[in-house]
Amino acid sequence: MAAKPFTMDVEAGKVREFAKAVKASNPEQLADDRPISTPTFLMASAFWQGPDNAPTMRSDLDLSRLLHGGQEFIFHGPPPRAGTRLTGQTRTDRTYTKEGRRGGAMTFTETVTEYRDEAGTLVAEARSTLIITSQPPAEGA
Amino acid sequence: MTTATSTGNPTSWDELTVGAAAAPFVDQPLTVTDFVRYQGASGDMNPIHHDDGFARAAGFPGPFAVGMLQMGVLGSYVTAWLGAENVRKLAVQFREQAWPGDVLTYAGTVAARREENGAHLVDLDVIVTRQTGGTHLKGTATFVVPA
Repeated sequence: MAAKPFTMDVEAGKVREFAKAVKASNPEQLADDRPISTPTFLMASAFWQGPDNAPTMRSDLDLSRLLHGGQEFIFHGPPPRAGTRLTGQTRTDRTYTKEGRRGGAMTFTETVTEYRDEAGTLVAEARSTLIITSQPPAEGA
Repeated sequence: MTTATSTGNPTSWDELTVGAAAAPFVDQPLTVTDFVRYQGASGDMNPIHHDDGFARAAGFPGPFAVGMLQMGVLGSYVTAWLGAENVRKLAVQFREQAWPGDVLTYAGTVAARREENGAHLVDLDVIVTRQTGGTHLKGTATFVVPA
């Protein structure tokens, strides 16, 4: 189940804003000229994605029951630099249910977003594990 | 602003043996301002990380840290060590929540080294711990080590 692709322009200002928010110190990530994005920068694709592009971005989602269980980024070369135009496409990889340690069902959804450059080359993949809990979560973040 | 800096750490292929580690990074105590700045940068505006009333209504004592902020700082820590261009993977699982006032320690250790298609790669074990000793998040990272 793949959502509609979206275009993401890796912008210098957004790369630097994000780098400062995550306390980056590497000058290449803060450079004026084509900074390299930090390893988790692709989280900012929320600014380029709408509900049609993100299977888990639903208006009826109860944010008080949502947990982020895990996150993975894979890069097939250096992380994208500012000035790169990416095309992203998100798919739901799998959904499953577990009993929480303190009771209550937890529904896990794993999504994968593939990012390709303008030549169509796969440059990065992001895997998110989201958990919907049936009671206030006591673990995860 | 305190940043995830790195000097004097092992960086060459000869130095990056299994068990080699960077100096840990001990961050300033977490603040809600840190969360808000990260949320603005990332576009994830879930109020549970900055709106006290919303967090309490959801059954929490107050706002708690955005896990992705700490994963982001971890990414800054490992790329300050082994290079912004060289990261090939960063993966974490979130464990205990972190809270405003928490002092978090970021650490990375070489778990394995290998050669793939002529490239030198190191796999790191990475962990972020709270001042209580509890694990906030843990995971793995992979870097290319230039010749």
